[in-house]
Parts: sequence; structure tokens; C-alpha cells
Amino acid sequence: MGEPRRGLSRRALLTSGSVGAAGVVVGAAGASAVAHEPPAADPGTRTVAFRGAHQAGVVTPPQDHGLLVAYDLRDGVDADALRRLFAIWTDDVERLTAGRAGLADTEPELALRPSGLTVTLAVGPGAVEAAGVAVPSWLGPLPDFTVDRLEDRWSGGDLLLQICSDDELVVSHALRLLTKEARTFTTVRWVQRGFRGPLGRDRTPRNLMGQVDGTANPRPADHDALVWRSATTTPDGPAWLDGGTTMVVRRIRMELDTWDEVDRTARERTIGRRLDDGRPLTGGRLEDDPDLDALDANGLEVIDPFAHVRRARTKDRRQRILRRPYNYDDPPPAGELTDAGLVFVSFQADLEAQFVPLQRRLAELDLLNQWTTPIGSAVFAVLPGARRGEQLGQSLLT
Amino acid sequence: MKRLTTLLLVTVTAVGLTACGSSTDASTATQASTVSVQDPWVKAADSGMTAAFGTFRNAADRDVTIVSATTDGVAGRVELHEMATDEDGQMVMRQKKGGIVVPAGKTHTLEPGGDHIMLMDLTRPVEPGQDVRVTIRFSDDSTMSFTAPARSFSGAEEDYQGGTDHGDMDHGDTGEHADHGDHG
Repeated sequence: MGEPRRGLSRRALLTSGSVGAAGVVVGAAGASAVAHEPPAADPGTRTVAFRGAHQAGVVTPPQDHGLLVAYDLRDGVDADALRRLFAIWTDDVERLTAGRAGLADTEPELALRPSGLTVTLAVGPGAVEAAGVAVPSWLGPLPDFTVDRLEDRWSGGDLLLQICSDDELVVSHALRLLTKEARTFTTVRWVQRGFRGPLGRDRTPRNLMGQVDGTANPRPADHDALVWRSATTTPDGPAWLDGGTTMVVRRIRMELDTWDEVDRTARERTIGRRLDDGRPLTGGRLEDDPDLDALDANGLEVIDPFAHVRRARTKDRRQRILRRPYNYDDPPPAGELTDAGLVFVSFQADLEAQFVPLQRRLAELDLLNQWTTPIGSAVFAVLPGARRGEQLGQSLLT
Repeated sequence: MKRLTTLLLVTVTAVGLTACGSSTDASTATQASTVSVQDPWVKAADSGMTAAFGTFRNAADRDVTIVSATTDGVAGRVELHEMATDEDGQMVMRQKKGGIVVPAGKTHTLEPGGDHIMLMDLTRPVEPGQDVRVTIRFSDDSTMSFTAPARSFSGAEEDYQGGTDHGDMDHGDTGEHADHGDHG
């Protein structure tokens, strides 16, 4: 054991990651060298700040590609182990989001064009328990909704990373590095990949049913009141989550084959919006609220009683959430045409006051439910941001 | 883009515990005072041996030589190693005679497959995310210390025993650490 072994074979050397640290440094230097003369508006070099009171990737305008990876903790991982894991991830995320290779990155060149990369760390009940801290009552499975057909393989998780970038290769590299550096602490529970079309001028993307999606998102001025946890939004705490938020991840399968049977008029009635430009059926601009009281010539409501916009809407302005979904389109099972849908992601300061009542109304009655099926569900607590000198999860682990 | 450059500089100054001015007077300055280290790290290991890596920058206009190293008790013995081709054409790991030279005004990188600081006779596991304090001694007897965080790493199999086609024997890795169960 004590003696270094002579006769290391060539093969061993080849597999020993000979790029290693040299590559890291050369790579990092390369990034700054490039920085002196960036090509005009090269989108690959775009960076999103990692340090701050809040984590990036929540109110950050969505990048083109998003990936969610949920991990389970290995047996025996305690607060000290979590602290070490979060130290590793903090360092890696800070480097990668700045366009620098990870510390022991074996593919350092893949880090140099982050393309707006953000990595967001969130904890599930298992990690809070491992930290030796009381688990908030809302941090666990959502209440059962009648429409749910949940599968274990898309549900739950002790830890979650949300990795987003305009370059899918960057997303894969970050996933690989962060997962392998965590391998003594975690196992992978599930991975969900998604994509969005480039944001149009109206910054409102469409989903695979062709609908304009995400219209009613809170504006930046509302983020403090609706997204971030604080003594104002969530006075009952826990204090370790101040500066963070709550996160819902739902995998919603779209039944595109039966959706094909629905004509345009019926599709618009289902939602309550026009398909071509997303404007409410009662008129006005895209961003205007639909007139839920408007009647047509026959005295019937223009917005169907069970239309999605009506069911999703309430006079209680507090019951709003920040949606940040991605589309998925995976290889279908044998004999089927498609396996597509939405990786629904929402952030809200108070899960029980904002998300649950809204989802309950939609689950009870929403015309859209005929063509959508929730098959996965998980709730996480997005930790506060790491300021300079801090590590992610510091407030949870003190 | 300016930020990238700034970050790199911050890393150097934050990690390097010594001055790194570019026009140090070599006649009076110790070797340690002209050297800084960037991105030091150590490969996590349960027992036996492992290695520390990093990039050393010498700001002075004369070469400096690292002649030995110690840790904060985690390694019973520490040696400076190199990878080299022996008379049979085999790559071998061996002690680096005369120490590790960081040339004047240049950097020298310790990395898997190259020069490294070998930590032997580990007294306890080096767990991923743990910090190992390393002190290096130069030929003029000056010393510098730095903190090397541990990372899981599949390469750098210095105690490779042969017999696999995939180089995945992970002898030094903590993947099998009893504390972490066997979910695999």
C-alpha cells in the first residue's frame, strides 16, 4: 500500500485523464484570451451572474434548453457530507457559469462557451432531513389531484439541479461534471430534458399543442411579492429559506393524437385565447386579462366556464405563480406515435397559498385536462443565493 | 468578458498566499514569496495513497525548485513524483530527482499523468469536498501553504494494478466508502 507502483501501463495512463489540470488551466486562460477580442455579440460567451441574494435560473429569462436532474442521497449522508457536496457544487457552478472549466474537469474545453448557463440548486424533504432540520409541511408530495397519473420514475427526489443554457452541449457537460463530482453522495433518480423555441419579440413562447404559453407570468416588479421568500412573503419561515423560493416540477404528457381531432375553434375555446396571437377571445392585447363576464349574441359566456384561462384565474392577485416550463419530445414507446408534453416548472414564494388552490381549480375542471395528463410531480425548496464568500446551502447547514 | 479575466485574477490572489508581483528582487526575496498556486486540488481516496495537483506560477526572474511537501497530517509520507518513460519504453511513476522546477516568469502544472505531489500512507480517508492543507518547501528552505479541496476523480490511478480494459478500478476513489452505503 505504501509504495508507489512502478510499471504503470500505457493503457492506464491513457485512461488516467491526462488532460486533467493542465487542460483546466489552459482552458481557463483561453477563455480570458478570447475575451479580449470577442466576436461581435457572440452568444456563446454570454454569462449570467452566479453570486447574489437569489440563485439564478428562477427569474432569469428562460434559456433555450433546460434540464432537471433529481438525486437521491446515499445512506449515511449527513449534514457534514451535505456541506462538502454543496461546497463542491458551489465551486463548480461558479466556474461553469463564468465560462471556466470545473476544478477536476476532464473536458475543460466544453466549459468555455456557457451560452447563458445557469445552475439552480434545490432541496427535497430528504436533504432537509439529512441536514438535521425540520422539514416544512409543504415540502413533500402535492395533494392528490384527480387528474394525476403519477409515475415514480418522474416523481420525488432529495436534491434537484436545474441546468439551463442556450447551448445543449453546455447543459450536458454541466450535468456530467456536477453528477460525477456528486457520485459518492448521490444517485440519479430522474432526468428530464426540455427545450423552448427562441423567444419571439413578445417573449411569449409556445408549447407543443401550438398554444401561446406563459402569458400571465408575474412581471419583475412583482417578483419580491410573489416569488422570493422573505419576512414579508413568508413570515412564518423557515428563515433558512429566506431569499429562496418553492419549486414545483410536473411532467405533463400531452395527448397529441387525440388533440389532432380537435378543430381550431374548439381548441381556442378550450383555452380561451386565440391560437394565432394568443389574445383573449374577448379581445384586447396579448397581455390583457380576458373579460370573464363578456357574453356573446346568444347570451352565452365568450370564455367557456371551463376554459383554461378562466380556471387558472382568480380575483386573488396573490394566487399567481412564475411559470418556467420546457417542452419535451422523447422517443415514443413501441407502437405509439409520440411521447411529448411539458416539463412544467413553477416558482412561488408560498406553495400552499399560491400554487395549490390554483392547481386544485384546474384539476377539478379544465377543458384542457382531456388532452393533458400529469405523470410526474415533485416539490423542492430553492435555496437562497450565495453571496461572495458564501456557499450554496449555507443557511440550511449552520 | 472583462469579468472572466477579473475572476481568474481573483482566484490567483485568493488562493496564492504569497505576493505575486512581477518585478520581485530575486536577490532578497524567498522563493516562496514569488510563487502562487492556482486551482489546487487533491484526488479523493479512502486509504493508501493519492495525489495533489495545481498550477504554480513563478513571478521572479530566476527559477525556483520545490524540494519537498507535507500535509496537515493526512499523509504519513509525501513525495514529489513525475511520470517518465523507462529504458523499456514503459511509462513509470517515480520520484522526481532534484525536485520540481518552476521556471522564471512561467507556470508549471502538476496534473494527472504528469508531475504531482504524491500523498502516501494516508492516515484517514480524503473525502470529496474536504480540504487538505498542503505545505511545500523550496530549495532555499522557504515554504508556502495552500488549501487543496478533494474531488472524486477516476483518472490518476497511480496504484493501478492491471487486469481491466476500462481503467475503472478506482482503487483510490471513495466510491466504495462504507459511510456512503452501496446504493449503486
